[in-house]
Amino acid sequence: MSGWQTVIGLEIHAQLATRSKIFSGSATAYGAPPNAQANLVDLGYPGVLPVLNGEAVRMAVKLGLAINARVATHSVFARKNYFYPDLPKGYQISQYELPIVANGAIDIVLEDGQSKRIGVTRAHLEEDAGKSLHEGLPGVSGIDLNRAGTPLVEIVSEPDMRSAKEAVVYMKKVHTLVRYLEICDGNMQEGSFRCDANVSVRKAGTHKFGTRAEIKNLNSFRFVERAINYEVARQIELIESGGQVVQETRLYDPDKGETRPMRSKEEANDYRYFPDPDLLPVELDAAFIDSVRRTLPELPDQKAARFASQYGLTPYDAGVLTASRELAAYYEEVVKAAPQDPKLAANWVMGELAAALNKDNLEIGSGRLPAARLAQLITRIFDQTISGKIAKEVFESMWSEGASADQVIESKGLRQITDSGAIERAIDEVMTKNPAQLADYRSGKDKLFGFFVGQVMKATGGKANPAQLNELLKKKLSG
Amino acid sequence: MVAFHTSTLTQLAAGLRQRKFSSVELTGACLARIEAHQGALNAFISVTREQALKEAASADRALAAGTGGALTGVPIAHKDLFCTQGVRTSCGSRMLDNFISPYDATVVARLRQAGAVMVGKTNMDEFAMGSSNETSYYGPVRNPWDPSLVPGGSSGGSAAAVAARLVAGATATDTGGSIRQPAALCGVTGMKPTYGRVSRYGMVAFASSLDQAGTLTASAADAALMLREMAGFDANDSTSVDRQVPDYVAALGEPLGGLKIGLLREFFEKGLDADNERRVREALRVYEGLGAKLTEVSLPHLPLSVPVYYVVAPAECSSNLSRFDGVRFGHRCENPRDLNDLYRRSRGEGFGAEVKRRIMTGTYVLSAGYYDAYYLKAQRVRSLINADFNRAFQSVDVLIGPTTPTPAFALGAKTSDPITMYLNDIYTIGANLAGLPAISVPCGFVRDLPVGLQIVGPHFSEARVLSVAHAFQQVTDWHSRIPGSYA
Repeated sequence: MSGWQTVIGLEIHAQLATRSKIFSGSATAYGAPPNAQANLVDLGYPGVLPVLNGEAVRMAVKLGLAINARVATHSVFARKNYFYPDLPKGYQISQYELPIVANGAIDIVLEDGQSKRIGVTRAHLEEDAGKSLHEGLPGVSGIDLNRAGTPLVEIVSEPDMRSAKEAVVYMKKVHTLVRYLEICDGNMQEGSFRCDANVSVRKAGTHKFGTRAEIKNLNSFRFVERAINYEVARQIELIESGGQVVQETRLYDPDKGETRPMRSKEEANDYRYFPDPDLLPVELDAAFIDSVRRTLPELPDQKAARFASQYGLTPYDAGVLTASRELAAYYEEVVKAAPQDPKLAANWVMGELAAALNKDNLEIGSGRLPAARLAQLITRIFDQTISGKIAKEVFESMWSEGASADQVIESKGLRQITDSGAIERAIDEVMTKNPAQLADYRSGKDKLFGFFVGQVMKATGGKANPAQLNELLKKKLSG
Repeated sequence: MVAFHTSTLTQLAAGLRQRKFSSVELTGACLARIEAHQGALNAFISVTREQALKEAASADRALAAGTGGALTGVPIAHKDLFCTQGVRTSCGSRMLDNFISPYDATVVARLRQAGAVMVGKTNMDEFAMGSSNETSYYGPVRNPWDPSLVPGGSSGGSAAAVAARLVAGATATDTGGSIRQPAALCGVTGMKPTYGRVSRYGMVAFASSLDQAGTLTASAADAALMLREMAGFDANDSTSVDRQVPDYVAALGEPLGGLKIGLLREFFEKGLDADNERRVREALRVYEGLGAKLTEVSLPHLPLSVPVYYVVAPAECSSNLSRFDGVRFGHRCENPRDLNDLYRRSRGEGFGAEVKRRIMTGTYVLSAGYYDAYYLKAQRVRSLINADFNRAFQSVDVLIGPTTPTPAFALGAKTSDPITMYLNDIYTIGANLAGLPAISVPCGFVRDLPVGLQIVGPHFSEARVLSVAHAFQQVTDWHSRIPGSYA
């Protein structure tokens, strides 16, 4: 693979979180029985007309402002014409030449800590199609038009990404952003957030783009990464063996882990775009755009920068903690209640808590461990009631039993021993029981210090204050 | 029973309110007349006898209670591309022969709200594509003045029904002249309002940027009465305009004095039948007699309106008619082998030749590599035509000229040559491209056939256009002439 450069652009489809569809009053809720949420407009009945949902426009404007894009004061809906059973009108209403959002940018932070700016060519509003159903319908195909007319914003990036990993980081960033803006629920299983990846390769050092393939409908971060990696390898192998990449749409098969052509060239569609005469151009004035601007929340980048400076976190930690609004809010609540050591709070939130959530497949907003409880635990570490090590044990009980830190500490008697007399007694006992090790230590085997620490901790049930123990042990051992 | 066919819509509405006759009587007489002449004229695709009589009975109750609206109890007909709940809405096509609409078009709902009784759905060129009513799946409509002639199209059924006084008023639609041209050929009054004045919701689309609903009636006063009920903003149609609807009936009496009439030079150039021109010029002298001033104006881009129209309208229709795919409603072929077969045969069997011709033309002009040369260029020329009209209306109040180049022509005379057929709309298309209100009123006869006079006004000047037409009808009686067989 060396000597080749990968070029990737993503088209992300985010379903807008409006209550009703983009051109009809039907509900957009997921999971209704087939066609229960399809009215005459969604079914494309003769004579019906689309009426634009203003909320969808507001959400697209919000996105545009959040990525520093140009929000068009004049944008136009066009018809994309093709026949398909899940497309009732025989055309999809989308924006073509004049999208509502253009020329934005999104900054991503790569694994090595480097940041990179990804251009957003455009973001446009469009309606989703329905879907065909085959399961449980022998001999026929069913059509469910519940999703037909669901508002989407399609966010088209520049071909600025150079690896599958970068593409995933970018997609995650967009995912974070749309949820911050509360314009999309980001639910990838339900198809609310998905992407098409345009992938090509070129010889390193050349400027001309290679022929690209478009991988359609990737609905998980993992699939995006795998599909792109497969596709890159396929293209390089193809070229190196003397072949040529064909511009085509491909589908990723997650079971086989491969991409394959979706439509043959003979069926290539000419979409015959033209402005939809049923809809007026969308005209936005500065006052409206400003009113939307005032509803923008603190954005992920702003929040991360603030976390870094206000709480003394590394940019990486700040980025992790601000990946969702809920996580960031949780962290801030912990810090507010336990302000002594924000860095320690960050470690707990990103470490034990994240692992526990992950293990039980829970979201931060699940309420399993309220921020105030975690704050209490952290306070107990800080005020030396318990050690960091014991705290992990306390955390586990808190998590599994739903108890508070103080309850666990009391009921299990985990309070840290800070009484130097008690610690000294424990040290004396250990020294008496291990005369050989004591002799070795005193004859220069410094490494045995750790052995004695372990023994004393064992004897005190791990409750001895580590700093005190160190100090007293050193003194005692050296005689 | 009343000799209702010699009464205008306005008179019938008044007679009902004064309880001179009941709506059940009137509707019954109307239905009988429709049925008696259906064989000769073929003006209707569906006659809704039972429903009509039920509506009439309910209208009579409203009239007795004094709760009627402006049109309570008056029988009217709808062109068969307005969706009517529970009633077949065929658009003159095999494609929708089996289509029972689950909802009412806004126009239908508003006229129902005003109390009008629907007696049936009128014949039309298939999907409103045609100028002679010969493209209907249900066979051609005959011209009441001479059954060997066409009634014009696409609203030929509505025009013939009013000309033969089967109904006093009918709804219609006009995309390139589909109200005005049949009005002229049948000797009735055809009013096309400003684009956006009347909701298009529930009107099966032909060319969305041009389609507009209007009326076919015996007089401008009747048109005013119907239009007052039909017009107005509709939240279901984004292209309908939120602007107050004037009382068109009250405005009819506006004096004409000092009216500045523009004579469109381009309308009197080549192609206009000499006798037709004579009738039109005589009508203009009537206006001069009423105190109007005539000036000649030129719209240099107007001669391009036919080619522009035959790019824009087919382009939009090719997309609008994609929804007829045999999947959810309308004609579906027997035993499709696969999806493509379903599409090909359902559409191939469901659509007639003219509709296919326009879908193909439209698909072509929108296709990659041709879009700029055809569709985009046509839209640019359309803007120029629009600008021409706007300029003209800076110096004149209305533009007056012929509605059609010739009177009604023989059935079959132009079916083999689409271009000749298309040229029949040469004077009417401009108002559609510019979205202007326009009316055609009868202004005399040529070889015993009616001739139409067209009056075009600036955007939203319906009240003025109607009052100008009304003034003419106050001093002439061409609009009151009824074909011999129907008198």
